[in-house]
Amino acid sequence: MLKLAVAIALACIGSALLLNFWRLVRGPGPADRILALDTMYVNTTALLVLLGIHLNRTVYFEAALLIALMGFVGTVALCKYLLRGDIIE
Amino acid sequence: MLELLTALFLLIGGAFALIGSIGLFRLPDLFMRLHGPTKATTLGIGGILIASMLHFSDQGQGLSLHEILITLFVFTTAPISAYLVARTGLHLDARNGHNAD
Repeated sequence: MLKLAVAIALACIGSALLLNFWRLVRGPGPADRILALDTMYVNTTALLVLLGIHLNRTVYFEAALLIALMGFVGTVALCKYLLRGDIIE
Repeated sequence: MLELLTALFLLIGGAFALIGSIGLFRLPDLFMRLHGPTKATTLGIGGILIASMLHFSDQGQGLSLHEILITLFVFTTAPISAYLVARTGLHLDARNGHNAD
């Protein structure tokens, strides 16, 4: 039963990633693209945690934590650049 | 029993992450689109992390608490990035000279 639930959750996260990617390509403004990229980072973290459950390994936590961290830093840097025209003032 | 609970949390998490992305895909305006990822997707990843915690605590190696780190980080940074994206949208709208309609 756990296998089935992991498969369904993987399908959900995969379709969510596709929808985010559509918004990343299509999005009318830069802010939409940043939002789509941030959502993709969060969904990729969930995807890695799911992969860890599926393969029964704990090494994927560190990768998921790193992706979450780098995603936040990337979002802040992009927003700061669009707001101020510079990242570090 | 614990496996049933893990499966339930996995399904809840996956469903909420999908709902958040559908909101990002379908809603018409940036400030409406912000709602999907910031609320639903955060809840979705919370559900998946709870499922992971339950699953790895059941493996006989004691309590698994790594996931709390990811949970804390995601739950504290999601509002900050949403605030920054909203400010960027407002700033770009004001610079381009039309109202946020």
